[in-house]
Amino acid sequence: MEIFIQQTINALSLGGIYALLALGLAVVFSIVRLINFAHGEVMTVTGYGMWFVLLLNLPVLVAIAVGIVSAVVIAVAMERVAFRQMRGADVTTLLITSFAVSQIIQVLFQNGISARPVAVVLPDWLTASVMLGPVRVGMASILSILVVGAALIALRGILTRTVTGIAMRAASEDFAVVQLMGISANRVIATAFAVSGALAGVAAVLWVATRGSVDPLMGATPVLKAFIATVIGGLGSLGGAVVGGFVLGAVEVYLQAFLPEAALPYRDAISLSIIVAILVLKPDGLLPERTSRRS
Amino acid sequence: MLEVASLKVRYGAIEAVRGLDLDVASGEIHVILGANGAGKSSTLAGISGLVPSQGQVTFKGEDISALPPERIARMGIGLIPEGRRIFASLTVAENLLLGGAEHATPTERRKRADEMRERFPILQERSGQKAGLLSGGEQQMLAIARALMARPQLLLMDEPSLGLAPQMVEAVFDFIVELKAEGLTILLVEQNVPMSLDIADHALVLAQGHASYRGTAADVAASDAARGAYLGH
Repeated sequence: MEIFIQQTINALSLGGIYALLALGLAVVFSIVRLINFAHGEVMTVTGYGMWFVLLLNLPVLVAIAVGIVSAVVIAVAMERVAFRQMRGADVTTLLITSFAVSQIIQVLFQNGISARPVAVVLPDWLTASVMLGPVRVGMASILSILVVGAALIALRGILTRTVTGIAMRAASEDFAVVQLMGISANRVIATAFAVSGALAGVAAVLWVATRGSVDPLMGATPVLKAFIATVIGGLGSLGGAVVGGFVLGAVEVYLQAFLPEAALPYRDAISLSIIVAILVLKPDGLLPERTSRRS
Repeated sequence: MLEVASLKVRYGAIEAVRGLDLDVASGEIHVILGANGAGKSSTLAGISGLVPSQGQVTFKGEDISALPPERIARMGIGLIPEGRRIFASLTVAENLLLGGAEHATPTERRKRADEMRERFPILQERSGQKAGLLSGGEQQMLAIARALMARPQLLLMDEPSLGLAPQMVEAVFDFIVELKAEGLTILLVEQNVPMSLDIADHALVLAQGHASYRGTAADVAASDAARGAYLGH
């Protein structure tokens, strides 16, 4: 039972990170139909931002703040430099553009810093574990769950209480009509990228906290997982992205914990088979986007 | 108020509007008639910047041909698109708010939204509901109210009576007359020929992207040529 509780906390914390990343992909996809595979590089930028600040011996909170701010800046910059020129292009063109952006940033870090991981040493209290009743859990896991919860509430607030947030929801339904209201397309899209960058930045801080290092390819795996999560939830659906993230996190963590040792090497194969089974049963995902989109 | 000179709208190989001239005078109702595919909606889409177009569009003396749709909207041209296109997953109140988002301060926006709810009591009743749950007629009311939140000077209306029950059609036409009385200039695209000629000052008949007939609404109503063009002959 204790192991189960422990693993559930781990599942929530990993699933939460996937959920934040998946949400970032979904926010952008729902508006500009771009699956941004350079989303992982937003995480990488956060990681190196933190690494740099910690090199200067500044406090960890400054490192976290700089990390998240750099994520927002790089996400908005990607849109401004690369994706804005491609606006209205078909999904494939946008996808390939995002691969190009991703590659460029990876190579810049490989050549500019190092292809090998650099250590991001976080204070002990972040990596310590605490007793929660009879259960020993990592501080990072607990923080991660709290932070993800706060981020989800904040995003909900933005999307339902601010004009730009409401316009973002409207734009995912019918972008042309949002422009007919006099609302700037550039502003709505830039805000979507900023939000997606902030979510990736928060996810990256949590990701780096559990790994203790950053490397140029750091974002590749999590963004792939996040993409899987958005597909499980229903591509373009924000609620679906969150659900998909937690489902994927739970599947991975429970398999890791409860699979017999001989089957462990096949963990990812088994977890992806479960995902495929979900998609066979629900081809549009668990919470599909319910809009009749106009072209 | 609005001058359109040799407007062309093209979708790939198809030329939907082929050099249209149009003058809409301040304070009038100007109706564009024509069969399906004659280029009526494309004309409105071209004027409002929703689709790329060639030719010159001048609004209150300013050339707006090359402006993006949001800039044109901010200059005082509202478009109620064909099929209403309300934001179905947003609440009625949120739809109204977006209508005025760029045109008024938050306080002013609330004031205008209250006016709209007073004018269309159904929007008051359904304020917190998802707009997609409204009936067709109610959605049309919302689409009109959403456009009016911006206090436009020129309102482009694309087939506002389409798909509505006869009673609702009458309500919509009455409302258009009311808007004119309040000083709004209206460019109306309609399939309902008799009712729109009844309320319009000027009319233009489109056939295959050209103006095939134009004149005062009374002229057009009396003309056989216009009737023929409308029927697609």
